Amino acid sequence: MALGRTYSVSLVGLNGHIVEVEADIGQTLPAFVLLGLPDASLNEAKDRIRAAARNAGVPLSRRKITVNLIPASLPKRGSGFDLAIVMAAWAAAGDVRGCAATVFLAELGLDGQLRPVRGVLPAVMAAVRAGHPRVMVAEGNRAEAALVPNAEIRGFSSLAEVALAFGADASKVQLPPPGDTACAEPLEPGPVPRFVRDMADIAGQAEARFAVEVAAAGAHHLMMVGPPGAGKTMLAERLPGILPDLTDEHAMEVTAIHSLGSERSCSELRRRPPFESPHHTATAAAIIGGGSGIPRPGAASRAHRGVLFLDEAPEYERRVLEALREPLESGTLVLHRSAGTASYPARFQLILALNPCPCGLANGKGIDCTCTAQQRRRYFSRLSGPLLDRVDLQLAVQRVALHDYVGGAAAESTTAVALRVARARQAQAVRLAPWGYSTNSDVQGKILREELRLPRSVTGSLDRALDRNLVSARGWDRTLRVAWTVADLQGHSQPDADDVGMALSLRLQERAA
Amino acid sequence: MLAKDQLGRRGEATAAEFLERAGLRIVDRNWRCSSGEIDLVAVDGTTLVIVEVKTRSSEDFGHPLEAITAGKLERLYLLASKWARAHHSRFTGFRVDAVSVLDDGTGHPKIDHLRAVI
Repeated sequence: MALGRTYSVSLVGLNGHIVEVEADIGQTLPAFVLLGLPDASLNEAKDRIRAAARNAGVPLSRRKITVNLIPASLPKRGSGFDLAIVMAAWAAAGDVRGCAATVFLAELGLDGQLRPVRGVLPAVMAAVRAGHPRVMVAEGNRAEAALVPNAEIRGFSSLAEVALAFGADASKVQLPPPGDTACAEPLEPGPVPRFVRDMADIAGQAEARFAVEVAAAGAHHLMMVGPPGAGKTMLAERLPGILPDLTDEHAMEVTAIHSLGSERSCSELRRRPPFESPHHTATAAAIIGGGSGIPRPGAASRAHRGVLFLDEAPEYERRVLEALREPLESGTLVLHRSAGTASYPARFQLILALNPCPCGLANGKGIDCTCTAQQRRRYFSRLSGPLLDRVDLQLAVQRVALHDYVGGAAAESTTAVALRVARARQAQAVRLAPWGYSTNSDVQGKILREELRLPRSVTGSLDRALDRNLVSARGWDRTLRVAWTVADLQGHSQPDADDVGMALSLRLQERAA
Repeated sequence: MLAKDQLGRRGEATAAEFLERAGLRIVDRNWRCSSGEIDLVAVDGTTLVIVEVKTRSSEDFGHPLEAITAGKLERLYLLASKWARAHHSRFTGFRVDAVSVLDDGTGHPKIDHLRAVI
């Protein structure tokens, strides 16, 4: 047969598209033609493949090999197609058999070794979804690929082994000497130390601790305003520790994003929510994603299902902060570039920390503060109203008092708080299951006002705040969401007037100060 | 004569023998003019066949066919018409064939014949 066919996957952002690789051998002078919008690194595959095939002992045909990548209109990039192309070329020459329904994802070295590629997890997910569960990968990617349910994964360390597995002539194939496979070893990230910053490190700050707990329990966005040294950063860093483990589905999403951005292959699902704290000089492209060609995920997408912490929030460029408004509402980032459009999930929990004024001393009565009123106003105005309106919890953090800091009672540990948070999440999941939500922060306002409506006697304080324009209509919804979370944490079946009052104070605290 | 030229001569003779067995009639060898040389000229029915022969003793420096470049093919195309004009011959068509001879000196050369490479 002069025609060979295999499959591979082209990734555009996190979306994988199955690519059919056809190879034809024409009876004319030796040449290698690669069709179907390959980019520069994919075009180099021609030379890599010829050398790798020869070093595996099965040289490519001495004829004109035409390889076509279908669909031809989809731009393809990267080195992950190497293995699929060489298998198609071999199949066309009759050197191998039975690879027509198989997906190949690996880069080749000149010596015929299989190298791991980026983004194997989303690629295998796409292959399985498209009905091609048989996937051959480099040994270094096997553990990552095997995370996908229902996939039949095989890992190989050299091209010669793949050739043998697909029926190549065993007398011709040259297996690399054992021990020569050092660089094809799986890139094990090593045991990841589960270093958790403990809530017990925080002295005093009972109110702030409770606010962080509420934020964790209901996945609410949180803003902390306080003087330098009050412990805002400490609190934020301890938030991921009290969040529950990710579900299978969420862990898969998080690991897939990680797989795209990381040089190393991951061997297990990331079960812990990610924590991203980009520096305030970060550009919009670094936070929301970008780069030449197909845009790559930014910090907001890497914080998907986890925490995006913006320390010194007003110091960020205004357009960076404004760019976060859409993902805060929709949970996705769609990035358009000339080379194509990529869509990345970005459902993160936003934590903002800032000082009360540029000099940072305007807390309490603000006697020590040296800022003018105008300076203070300008500092705050960098956080726009529409952005702040999306932040459910707005907290004023005070400096810790001496009696709490030295010789205060031992604070509750992360383990104890995490247990309460887990129970609250459980209660939410059960209550919200009929509508398909899992956390209070996701619930639509309409449901809060209709199906989950609370009696007037409970929401009285909130209704008055709306009347007096202290909260917007959206703020009313958001306060109720927090009230439900407070109730869940206390083990109430639904919020009472105290819970609503607490939610309102957590939302308005900063403005009152 | 240099060893490489000897090898080339032997290869051309092997190729000519092979083509005759395949039914082509060899009408000229090593025809030269100002723009180059044709290794073999053959006739296949009423078609003029210009044959480029590449001989190697091993594949250490690549396959012989890989040594036929686009420039060489262009030259052969030109030489075909020059040869026909010089011999006042008319044909219904012409083509360029390539023959590779792998001759490691053991007496069993490996021959590969490609028809109509342009």
